[in-house]
Amino acid sequence: MRRSARLPAAFLAAALSVPAAAQQPAAPVVNDPTTAEFEKFRAVLEADNPAELFEAKGAELWKAKRGPKNASLERCDLGLGPGVVKGAYVRMPRYFADVGHVMDAERRIVHCMVTLQGFDAAELAKRPFSSDTRTPDPVALVTYVAGESRGMKIAVPQQHPKERETYEIGREIFFYRAGAYDFSCASCHGEDGKRIRTQQLPNFTKPEQAVRSVQGWPGYRMTGGVMHTLQWRMWDCFRQQRFPEPGYVSDTVTALLTYLSVNASGHVYNGPGIKR
Amino acid sequence: MTAPNGSMPRALAVALMLALPAHAADYLAEAAAMIKRDFKPRGIATMDRVVEDAVQAICNRSRDNPPKEIGQRLEQDQLAAVRWPADGKLLGDWRSGERIAQSGRGMTWSDSASAPGGGSCYNCHRIGPQETSFGTLGPSLHQFGKIRGYGPDVQKYAYGKIYNAKAYNLCSQMPRFGHVGALTEQQIKDLVALLMDPDSPVNK
Repeated sequence: MRRSARLPAAFLAAALSVPAAAQQPAAPVVNDPTTAEFEKFRAVLEADNPAELFEAKGAELWKAKRGPKNASLERCDLGLGPGVVKGAYVRMPRYFADVGHVMDAERRIVHCMVTLQGFDAAELAKRPFSSDTRTPDPVALVTYVAGESRGMKIAVPQQHPKERETYEIGREIFFYRAGAYDFSCASCHGEDGKRIRTQQLPNFTKPEQAVRSVQGWPGYRMTGGVMHTLQWRMWDCFRQQRFPEPGYVSDTVTALLTYLSVNASGHVYNGPGIKR
Repeated sequence: MTAPNGSMPRALAVALMLALPAHAADYLAEAAAMIKRDFKPRGIATMDRVVEDAVQAICNRSRDNPPKEIGQRLEQDQLAAVRWPADGKLLGDWRSGERIAQSGRGMTWSDSASAPGGGSCYNCHRIGPQETSFGTLGPSLHQFGKIRGYGPDVQKYAYGKIYNAKAYNLCSQMPRFGHVGALTEQQIKDLVALLMDPDSPVNK
């Protein structure tokens, strides 16, 4: 990783320099003050993106012989052939013939950890999300794999019938209103130009806005200062939707990510990023 | 026709399913089955929540545009199930209402059953003039009483709307706060006061 050695110091410096930077109107022009401040903060941070620390850790984990089978992930097939990481992230979720269904990036990586390295799937699902004291291995691995698609066009395949079916089911999940508040994903993300408080809400049914469901993820989240993947994002959305808890790397999450990522296809992915 | 929380009448369900292209119904059925398989209860968020009630089922099957007649009948059912305050008073304390409107807590798996929930009102609505961090998913409620008048009918509408928004617009995006027990009678009265008390900053 090109800058990983000096990153912590640079990151700290960037964080400390924010008040000064905030006085300069360098960031993109936005209407509400909270978003404007955040965008300035992000602009400062992105010069030394903290996500790169996790990419570096993921790259090490990818190559290391680990698990009960003492194997690396270098034979893991992310859809472009065993060991091909470059460009794989922007082409998932996709159909995998060896398992007979569609998998998203994190699900596929976990699948490889289980089949190639012998890790226990149930154990990995127990505490799958980052906290301030711990970043689970799949999070770092997904961040590494995602970084290897930086600057590439999102091109989630829809050739296989299972891929098209998964997209259609994902769309129904997106619009499925239930729970104590009658919310679906579309309650917040189905209209143009809406906000919750000051948070602007992309309309994920529109291709030009759907890219915002992929862009910046995996993301270093400033709320809490931890790295999160799209698995976490979907999980926390369902929490706020007042639903019960979705299973980690479950069919539901894969289908939803398929719907969002296909809608986002055609746009260039900027790599792991920073989120509010 | 239906109990407020009851299942959809069979004839209605059949009529609705027939009105849909077969493949769309299949994907919806698959999505619902997938969700039931993949989710697990956590804290107060129990699995009954992923099972649609009659209103959700119709809104899901019509993308929030129910056939007019069905929509109106179900709205009537929802209205009939509103529990109006026994003392007949609808106006509480607007100061308390402001706190309830600010709070976004309640009903998630990370909320406790015992802690009082909020109304999440500012998430979607402009209300009091001093709060600039408000959402735009719902209409502005600023000057709610001043614009509509302070009479008993408007009070009643405000109470009923907060209690069960679906009684007035079946596939409204607004939660049914009283109907599902997310807010108590007193909390709803306090919110009505926030909107309807002439002394509330909302009406200044």
